[in-house]
Amino acid sequence: MKTVEPILLSGNLAEAYAIKQLDVDVVAAYPITPQTTIIEKISEYVADGELDANFMLVESEHSAISSCLSAASAGARVFTSTSSQGLLLMHEILFITSALRLPVVMAVANRSVSAPINIWCDHGDIMPQRDVGWIQLFAESAQEAYDKLIQAYRIAEDPEVRLPVMVNTDGIILSHTYEPVFLLEDSEVASFVPWKLYPLRLDPENPLTMGAFGYPEYYFETRYQSAKALEDSINTISEVDEKFGEISGRKYGTVSPFRCEDADVILISMGSISETIRATVRKLREKGEKVGMISLKLFRPFPFKEMISLVQDVKAVGVVDRAFSPGAAVGPVFNDITSALYLSKMSVPCVNFFAGLGGRDVRMAEVEDMFEKLKEVANTGVVKEHRYYVGLRG
Amino acid sequence: MPFKSIKSLEERPDFFSPGHGLCPGCGAAQIARIVTKVAGKDTIIVTPTGCLEVSTTTYPATSWKVPYLHVAFENAAAAASGIKVAYDALIRKKKISKDANLVVLGGDGGTADIGLQSLSGALERGERITYICYDNEAYMNTGIQRSGATPYGAWTTTSPAGQKTLKKDLMGMAMAHRVKYAATASIAYVRDAANKVEKAISLGGPSFIHWIQPCTVGWRYDPKLTVKISKLAVKTGLWPLYEYYEGVTKLTVEVPKRLPVSEYLKLQGRFRQIMNKPEELAKIQSYADGLAGKFGLGPVAQ
Repeated sequence: MKTVEPILLSGNLAEAYAIKQLDVDVVAAYPITPQTTIIEKISEYVADGELDANFMLVESEHSAISSCLSAASAGARVFTSTSSQGLLLMHEILFITSALRLPVVMAVANRSVSAPINIWCDHGDIMPQRDVGWIQLFAESAQEAYDKLIQAYRIAEDPEVRLPVMVNTDGIILSHTYEPVFLLEDSEVASFVPWKLYPLRLDPENPLTMGAFGYPEYYFETRYQSAKALEDSINTISEVDEKFGEISGRKYGTVSPFRCEDADVILISMGSISETIRATVRKLREKGEKVGMISLKLFRPFPFKEMISLVQDVKAVGVVDRAFSPGAAVGPVFNDITSALYLSKMSVPCVNFFAGLGGRDVRMAEVEDMFEKLKEVANTGVVKEHRYYVGLRG
Repeated sequence: MPFKSIKSLEERPDFFSPGHGLCPGCGAAQIARIVTKVAGKDTIIVTPTGCLEVSTTTYPATSWKVPYLHVAFENAAAAASGIKVAYDALIRKKKISKDANLVVLGGDGGTADIGLQSLSGALERGERITYICYDNEAYMNTGIQRSGATPYGAWTTTSPAGQKTLKKDLMGMAMAHRVKYAATASIAYVRDAANKVEKAISLGGPSFIHWIQPCTVGWRYDPKLTVKISKLAVKTGLWPLYEYYEGVTKLTVEVPKRLPVSEYLKLQGRFRQIMNKPEELAKIQSYADGLAGKFGLGPVAQ
């Protein structure tokens, strides 16, 4: 149903609804908080006959992703979802899925990793998956989770792309919070992402060997091709977003800037924290402060060019990382941003803020404090501390 | 019984090509050939990582004339299940019209050890796959390290003084999952094995076949002895040939008079260090006697 008025849905339920509309053939999943309500809802859709899919209730996330990979190799449209330890357990198979160029789509409700065990949001689960070769989209609302999941299938199945896609939503904060969500008509979703049988599938009429042994003579080229496909996919990702905008009136971009046009300082972030930062920017702008923010919507492939164009004339950049990269001098997102700046021969002073780990709330007052620190850097041109741990107790 | 003679199997087309990189005398190649002949054209083969996988799929060549998928070491059962479940969904939704048999060919490491969880899940869910374990009783692909299927007394590079525990009872575990069909096989009894594969596939699954696969390198024997050793495993009672269907186990190859286990052990260098230790041989004989009692084999011939 296309809703003229929004209806109240959590991020998870919005995603489950998208899967129903996408006419997925095979779902394989395993319960883990905070992803579980997605697969509970999909189970209901299947049991009620609203979704004609085979739901594999497997014994682990490792088997969930393995079964999705192989079902996709047989030509099925597939879905799985997970969080935290489950995503870590899938890690090995994620590389294989992208190298075999299979259009698996997965929703990740981002959650911290053990120890200590903790079920709340951070990006500790997704950061170890940076190099698995998947397209990684980030949502900052239930609406965006719904929209991105529909976009994900069109991107993944595009003949120019043929890569797996993850849609990341902050666990608990987005997965479980009910928000107003506008839905598309089933027919709109079906025509936006039409189902097609992929010709290079496991089919006795045309036998193929998939997952072959690669000697050094071939391995390098094979991996290069997947890496190149991931880099090039940014064009399709942007086109799909544009086309989605035409049917829904909503598009997001690979980076989403807010009040950056004349900003002296800018904060860059991913996920739900961006909403808090945007609200803070609005508040500070009312006071006349020249602050802006960028929500990073696409993490892999990293939108280097789009990012650089937004920080040309900025005096200081702050980057929020919701995960550690222990032993590295900086956080993972900071690393990518500063690489982009370096490659563009730009020397903007940058500060790394670690915030919101294990579900620790990040409030507007703390965001204001981050902007204060950035303004000091902008005024003095000196970075006294390149890392801050927001709200960390001594 | 579809195969009344080996000739009737031989007449079937081959879907496993020669020119692979398996060792001369390797039992796995013979198993792959028999299984694909029986399973036929409309079959998809899945293997975990292992000797069979690395030796038959060296890009850009392949030995498989049927569709083939390798994903990783520990997930062959989940991978085969996913394909079968996808086929079911696509046929039901009229997106494709033709079904396929799903057959896994996994070594003992990928089956009894690292792949056991995935296999258990697939068997418990009642997936319509045939899982065949070619058991060479160690991690041969990485250079002969002990697995959970290594038999008592056997030398491997990581059990240099001889394996100190009995091998894992894979058939017992399969039957505990109440599979549709389970059987043991040996390449010395081709007709018996072919009929079991046929039955396993035609019953729909989940089916499990445990197939002894002598390894010339790891078991330390002359390659010409592969079939003889496969036969002696059966004749000594160490590898009874039986099947399980609808809760009943039935011997398929009678052994009225067993040979002593030493006849089997003495041909293999991996048992050399225990051949002059009567108490060690007695333990293995006792293990064989136990299997013989359980499955109805005859006494050891005097």
